Amino acid sequence: MRVRIPGPLRSYTSEAAVVSADGTTLAQVLDDLDRQFPGMRFRVIDEHGGIRRHIRFFVDASSVPDIQADISGGSELMIVCALSGG
Amino acid sequence: MAQSKTASGRRVTLLVATRKGLWQLHADPARRAWRITGPQFLGHIVHHCVADPRSPATILAAARTGHLGPTVFRSTDRGRTWHEAKKPPAFGERSDRVVDHTFWLTPGHTSQPGVWYAGTSPQGLFRSEDGGATWRGVEGFNEHPQRKAWCGDDKDGTPDGPKLHSVIVDPREPSHMYIAMSSGGVFESADAGAHWTPINRGVRADFLPDPNVEFGHDPHCVRLHPALPDRLYQQNHCGIYRLDRPAREWQEIGTTMPKSVGSIGFPVVLHPRDPDTLWVFPMDGGSVWPRVSPGGKPAVYRSVNAGKSWQRQATGLPKAQAWYTVKRQAMSVDASTPTGVYFGTTSGEVWASRDEGRTWKRAAAHLPQIYSVEVA
Repeated sequence: MRVRIPGPLRSYTSEAAVVSADGTTLAQVLDDLDRQFPGMRFRVIDEHGGIRRHIRFFVDASSVPDIQADISGGSELMIVCALSGG
Repeated sequence: MAQSKTASGRRVTLLVATRKGLWQLHADPARRAWRITGPQFLGHIVHHCVADPRSPATILAAARTGHLGPTVFRSTDRGRTWHEAKKPPAFGERSDRVVDHTFWLTPGHTSQPGVWYAGTSPQGLFRSEDGGATWRGVEGFNEHPQRKAWCGDDKDGTPDGPKLHSVIVDPREPSHMYIAMSSGGVFESADAGAHWTPINRGVRADFLPDPNVEFGHDPHCVRLHPALPDRLYQQNHCGIYRLDRPAREWQEIGTTMPKSVGSIGFPVVLHPRDPDTLWVFPMDGGSVWPRVSPGGKPAVYRSVNAGKSWQRQATGLPKAQAWYTVKRQAMSVDASTPTGVYFGTTSGEVWASRDEGRTWKRAAAHLPQIYSVEVA
């Protein structure tokens, strides 16, 4: 699956905006991302598996509600840093 | 010429952690001129950045961003390069809490190289045994059956969330520790954190129905004197206090401050050698708690007799219309003779005194909101 990486997370991917990761659920894809880019998962998912406050996940055009969601039908995961500036 | 080096023999460097990144200020040999470097972690909220006195090239920084969760960065080359912790502070499976940010970092005892402690928001205590690479919860506190009663909930904390801070390790005995919580109060452990006891007697909690409660206080900053480890000082939401162990009752020492200034503030810092000398930065605690320099006239106050009396130290500071706020980690001292005293403001200025607070000079301006100033 293609994964689009937002700017704030590209320090983990050597500035790559698009990477690949495997998995059926969002949790599995994030585990694979964390294997490739250690530390990334905890910046977007808390210690109890919750999606952090200003983070959103979309598969193709659909929002992913939680990390156990099956996303195997999609082609692209987009990690979004929602508005939180200032 | 006044000595101008830290205990490690290096020139004084200040680690200035801000809401938007980390800067360093490097003193010349006389501590008259300062050179700024940075930023590092631009855009990160850096709550605390601390050098390891046991290994001065090692620095830890607690950071998060507006979007991304909390982590700890480590440097072993005085901040030239950084590596992220493999396992940052996080609550365990039995907890229903989530670490919002790591707020406080404390190097461990000199006999335990590699040990660090971290305090978080909400109130959690964490320990690393590998120089900050991996962190585990101190379950004796985090899972204590009384923890919820001690800490309250989100309404019982600072505007930025309830915090555990002022993690103190007794220089004589690594298993003897103190912690402080806003809110919650001050707690002591004699067994490296396995068990904890509140130690707040004598401290008022004016904001509670019963101001003489056992816990639930709001200590803003607690320091133990390195040369007299039985002595602690506390800047509290409700005044300034001193505790001389083995006593368990704090003595209020802020009542001798000028009434027009009051005894409310966030930081307290101690002279590195003289247990009777300390500095505070008073802020307006009246009406709706503005937390700015009273009357717009900033001043540091020093006591050289353990709080019996205080002297205003404002030479060089703005005389009017300067509404400074100084956070609890944003004031520090160096180990030089005479001692250097430093503070950073939420308006992005760093002020330095090379003569124990007698005169002040601005060392930096135009930085983001300053969260901590530590001597490296």
